[in-house]
Amino acid sequence: MNWLTNFVRPKLRALVARKEAPENLWLKCPNCEQMLFHRDLEANQQVCNQCNHHLRIKPAARLSQLFDDGKYETHALPRTVLDPLKFRDRKRYTDRLKEAQAENGANAEALVVASGKLGGYQAVVSVCDFAFMGGSMGIAVGEGLLMAAGLAIDNQAPLIVFSASGGARMQEAILSLMQMPRTTIAVQRVKEAGLPYIVVLTDPTTGGVTASFAMLGDIHIAEPGALIGFSGQRVIQDTIRETLPPGFQRAEYQFDHGMVDMIVHRHKMRDTLIRLVNLLLKRPAEEDLPAAA
Amino acid sequence: MPTTFLDFEKPIADLEGAIMELRHRGNGEGVDIAEEVSRLQAKVERQLRATYAKLTPWQRVQVARHPERPHALRYIETLVSEYTPLAGDRAFAEDAAIVGGLGRFRGRPCLVIGQEKGDDTESRIRHNFGMVKPEGYRKAQRLMKLADRFGLPVITFVDTAGAYPGVDAEARGQAEAIARSIEVCLELGVPLVSLVIGEGGSGGAVALAAANRVLMLEHAVYSVITPEGCASILWRSADAAQEAAEALRLTSDDLKKLGVCDAVIPEPLGGAHRDPEAAIKAAGDALETELTSLDGMDAATLRQHRRDKFLAMGQKGL
Ligand SMILES: [Zn+2]
Repeated sequence: MNWLTNFVRPKLRALVARKEAPENLWLKCPNCEQMLFHRDLEANQQVCNQCNHHLRIKPAARLSQLFDDGKYETHALPRTVLDPLKFRDRKRYTDRLKEAQAENGANAEALVVASGKLGGYQAVVSVCDFAFMGGSMGIAVGEGLLMAAGLAIDNQAPLIVFSASGGARMQEAILSLMQMPRTTIAVQRVKEAGLPYIVVLTDPTTGGVTASFAMLGDIHIAEPGALIGFSGQRVIQDTIRETLPPGFQRAEYQFDHGMVDMIVHRHKMRDTLIRLVNLLLKRPAEEDLPAAA
Repeated sequence: MPTTFLDFEKPIADLEGAIMELRHRGNGEGVDIAEEVSRLQAKVERQLRATYAKLTPWQRVQVARHPERPHALRYIETLVSEYTPLAGDRAFAEDAAIVGGLGRFRGRPCLVIGQEKGDDTESRIRHNFGMVKPEGYRKAQRLMKLADRFGLPVITFVDTAGAYPGVDAEARGQAEAIARSIEVCLELGVPLVSLVIGEGGSGGAVALAAANRVLMLEHAVYSVITPEGCASILWRSADAAQEAAEALRLTSDDLKKLGVCDAVIPEPLGGAHRDPEAAIKAAGDALETELTSLDGMDAATLRQHRRDKFLAMGQKGL
């Protein structure tokens, strides 16, 4: 008893703390409230094994699930002007950025750009990070997407974007709004190069991100249950005083309303993307290819 | 003389009230009031000059939303001859929040599009207060493509609090409609000049303003979010709208410095609502200058020009 409580537990805790384990080893499913062990959740790609709810997932986990053998290279975002407007609300924007980087990594931003092999061929994948200031789109995200488009074109590779965002980065005000045309230019370049641009809409994708690069895909895939829309639900309720229909702005609702081509379970995402890209680029079927090394 | 006065125009309202009162009384008694009236009018002008020389960003928002400020249709009717409205998105509906059609601007056949807020209760409802639904953006896309096919320059008048935030708008793909409009703007092989005449509200505005040249009237504003919306999110209180308006840098002079706006059109003393004809004429002159500057550019050059302009943004701050 003593040995267990006085020695093993603290030691375990220290070990666990050192290895950046989640604060709680158990997590409650936001949908069915089932308690889920973090390792089971990880093994199941952050999908609840009780109700299939797709939990939000960090870009690194997303990318390692996606690329062949979980191997990929990340590309640093281009350097951009920090806090161009000297924005301050209740806090300075620079302080908010520092906090977000303390939580998410020294050079983190709301977008990760990666490249690697997908089904044996080069692919460029950009993933929004909702954990970084709500995935909000500012200059860095815009520049990141332009860079991703450039990488795709240079490598004659498809561009796949996983969207997740609360919308524009308000602290960059008008310059964040200008990322809507700027990211649209990125998409146009990929399309002009004859390369596939595929959007995977994940929970949540709203505001200026939905109303720009996330709705301009050659193909739109959504994860089950993802919230996808332009206006926030509270804004709609407050200004228009309408009651929201059940399932409003969820992936299934957007599918029924013609905004997405398919809803794909996270377990099937990699295979689906490989198949789509290969078909669009008239490549042989995957089973006809020599086995991946 | 406007009939709506903004809070900070109270001293002006008092003076103008006194002038009206004098005129009214003068008429009855036959006394010479001319001297007193002109003295008061000079005072009004001084007061207007002083007030409008140092409008705060929040006050500019009020001016931009002034109910008597000229709206898109008034610009079109004044500046465009043979104006022939076109309607409908060919898919779902006609959205009167977007007005537009063919016409001649200072002799040049062109296509004009505007967001119309309406001037009285009935027309405001008809135009949905300038809040565009997906069918409105799709109508705008259709008109822009029509202009592209026939090589006509496009002029857009931007004036909206934002895209309509409703269940039906979401159901019909508000986000897609805005994204596609931006894409169509950027693809045009004809000149596209946008003029923000009042409120440039967020994605709902940029949908019509991914243009070769973006102009603003002096007291117009252009912002990623309304000051009220920003205040309630970042300050957690709608009362902080004034602070939010300052932080957002939404005035024409700040946007000019940031390269978001290419030229600012000075307004008549006391704002466009005090002399709409003069404001519209100044806007027409500026639009003509900008269109002329784009003359002779071929389709590819125009597209590249537009891209370069947006790609250059955000390289420097204020
Ligand atoms: Zn569950």
